[in-house]
Amino acid sequence: MATGIKDKVAIIGAGCSKFGERWDKGSPDLMAEAFEEALADAGIERKQIEAAWFGCYGDAINVGNSSIPAAMALRLENIPVSRMENMCATGTEALRGATYAVASGAVDIALAIGAEKLKDTGYGGLPPAFKGTFNDLWMPMVSAPAGFAPLADGYRTKYQISKEDLKRAIAHVSWKSHQNGVHSPKAHFQKAVSMETILNAPMIADPLGLFDCSGVSDGAACAIVTTPEIARALGKKDIVSIKSLQITTSSGRETQMSDWDGSYVPNTRNAAARAYAEAGITDPRSQLSLTEVHDCFSITELVTMEDLGLSDDGQAVRDVLDGRYDRDGAIPCQIDGGLKCFGHPIGASGLRMAYEVYTQLLGRAGPRQLSNPSMGLTHNLGGVPYQGVAAISILGLL
Amino acid sequence: MSDFGITAFGAYVPRMRLDREAIAAAHKWMAPSLRSLAKGARAFCNWDEDTATMAVEAARDALAGSDHASLQALGFATTRPPYADLQPSAIVAGALGLPRTIRTFDGALGQRAGTSGLLAALKAGEQALFVASDAPRGKPASTQEMTYGAGAAAFVLGSENVAARLVGTGNVAANFASHFRPDGADFEYHWEERWVRDEGYAKLVPPAVDAALAQAGLTIADIAHFAMPSPIRAIAAAAAKQLRFTGEMVDGLEDGCGYAGCAHALLMLARALETAQPGERILVVSFGQGVDALVFEVTDAIAAARPARGVAGSLARGIVTDAYLRMLSFQQGIELEWGMRAEKNAKTALTEQYRSGSQIDTFTAGECGSCGTIQFPQLQYCVNCHAPGSGFSDVPLVDAPAKVMTQTSDWLSYYPSPPLLGGFVQFDNGARLQMEMVDAGPEGLELGMPLEMVFRIKEQDRMRGYNRYFWKASPRLDENKD
Repeated sequence: MATGIKDKVAIIGAGCSKFGERWDKGSPDLMAEAFEEALADAGIERKQIEAAWFGCYGDAINVGNSSIPAAMALRLENIPVSRMENMCATGTEALRGATYAVASGAVDIALAIGAEKLKDTGYGGLPPAFKGTFNDLWMPMVSAPAGFAPLADGYRTKYQISKEDLKRAIAHVSWKSHQNGVHSPKAHFQKAVSMETILNAPMIADPLGLFDCSGVSDGAACAIVTTPEIARALGKKDIVSIKSLQITTSSGRETQMSDWDGSYVPNTRNAAARAYAEAGITDPRSQLSLTEVHDCFSITELVTMEDLGLSDDGQAVRDVLDGRYDRDGAIPCQIDGGLKCFGHPIGASGLRMAYEVYTQLLGRAGPRQLSNPSMGLTHNLGGVPYQGVAAISILGLL
Repeated sequence: MSDFGITAFGAYVPRMRLDREAIAAAHKWMAPSLRSLAKGARAFCNWDEDTATMAVEAARDALAGSDHASLQALGFATTRPPYADLQPSAIVAGALGLPRTIRTFDGALGQRAGTSGLLAALKAGEQALFVASDAPRGKPASTQEMTYGAGAAAFVLGSENVAARLVGTGNVAANFASHFRPDGADFEYHWEERWVRDEGYAKLVPPAVDAALAQAGLTIADIAHFAMPSPIRAIAAAAAKQLRFTGEMVDGLEDGCGYAGCAHALLMLARALETAQPGERILVVSFGQGVDALVFEVTDAIAAARPARGVAGSLARGIVTDAYLRMLSFQQGIELEWGMRAEKNAKTALTEQYRSGSQIDTFTAGECGSCGTIQFPQLQYCVNCHAPGSGFSDVPLVDAPAKVMTQTSDWLSYYPSPPLLGGFVQFDNGARLQMEMVDAGPEGLELGMPLEMVFRIKEQDRMRGYNRYFWKASPRLDENKD
């Protein structure tokens, strides 16, 4: 019987570049920026890293295929470096690779690093995805916002919520994140935005307006992991350990069967159930101090609150509007501003979330520090709600 | 001689309509005289329609409910084939799921391609489907731009339940170059209308009609309906007067359709068959480097042969716009700034397209032999019970009832007619997939709205000039039938 990875691996160093329109920096520069912070934080030397996982999504706008660009950027000599790509779950997947390597005993210290350079496309938003030679024959060419917008129809239909009420709730999601971004010096956007501005922004994919969409940024983030024993031996007192890392991938059931009603993301629910079981969480509402979830679009975050079991089904609109997930609410969400303020350099996002939870758990978050957090959750949703990859990590103090 | 003739027919006119006032207004600064032609609306192809997709829709209207398996031949005619070397008939046969053993032939190269193709099919005497589909293009500010339209007419030919039989034909061939379009050119070059009228129509039509009537053993007084396109204003009325025809002039479809090239005479034949009574005779004339004249006699089987949509239904389904530049853009008449997203590589793997044709071309789901789940696409194992796909049986989705489950308007993706409408389509039989939605009209899409499937260009590979086709969902309209 598998015992999972709870408390078998600790994060001893984390790094995060400044996110934003980094016109003067390439992906290797951004990786180095995050890497140096993590090395200094961990208090180790480069040569102590025994394996690395590099997450990057877009070949055409990044450094190309394979792990070689990361090994060259960071001068990782004579160690195995792996390239990871799993859509928006890429960063968390890189962390999973490094964590499993340590948990298996194959290596003592491993690096997970993710980077993306979205601002080398020449326009805003993600490049249109190649879906495969077969899928491109029949799947609509919809953009990412149009892939997530159907959640709104599914949710409204199931719970009989008016367009206006749902729009107000998802606007609050973005409003709250922008409030938080004010205190996030590494975020792309650090200004508060009014509800009025959010509600009246140009439409991108009905009902998602410009401010219902996450930013488009460059960035890199990384984590260095080892065993709790080695962490202690390195002199670490407060140890952030990995309680769970779970990923689930669609088998096509949501899209090809008629039982999914479009109001939730089955993948997230499955990943959450597995993650809570692995972490030994029985009541996430009281046990989780904070969440960093995949707010690629505001509707995604709203639905995710139910998928993670933090709101009762059909109650997320009310809970969001009540401020339950605001910085002073019961379970703050996106205390660093989330994808909304950091943007979504895909390979980096999962590791950026882990960086924030790690920072909060160690009490280093400065003006945005929450009081005494003990456990935090990160969540990514790759692909689209109905055909994608959900990734959850749970980090806590040992 | 055994009985043989038209046993069913159907039609399609693109739903997009441009108010001719809008065309005239756009060119008023340099061609104010166009205003005299600015009456009614003309049809134009949506960005994702071409002569092959229109042919599929007309053929579906004609074939509805009938058995395809007995068809021996498919004929196709157009002056605007999507490719110079790639048979539209093969694309059409694939989409319709016609037997692999079918004989296909494609006619083109002139305004009579429709009538002469139908004539050839009637003379061949095989169980056949014949479709004429055309979308002629007029140069901006030309009279052709005002008068041209688009459409397709389809006829099923056979020997059972013949609804209209050919009783006489007359033909004239003449190297009369009223216009020409060089190979590879976008537009035709037209000679003076007065010459075309006086030396062309006036002198070439009567002998062809006389020959047809003589072969049928009839006189002009025996004809109830006269169907002749008028790409030149009032030319059909002039011909009728010259022929001393006093019966009913078939609607020239100027309003709502416009001159649909080599398909037009057959669209008018279809329109006539929608109202003609048993025993009545229809004279069809088409002109272009000569004349084809065809006389049909309608039988008692006509009522059962009429299509659900037909020409009348097609005309009633228009979505009118006054955006002249929209038509121009769809016709590649203007290069707009579509942004970098339009640079997406849309190369089709022709190998993949062929090997998955059995489900993509005909939009065929699979029903799991173990649990009965109907699913699209058909993958290696059942989505529900994981039984092997080898146990699936085919379930066509083309005519299966479906509704809008979710929908969104995507303003971000590159799309030649923004916004891209997409959403989940839920079929009543359980199949479900995300689809593109088209021709929603000003009323838009609502959750739960009934949908029908239409065959369209899914994506244009503008770098290589190749279009991939697939099915899209469109609001199901109440069918008109008169």
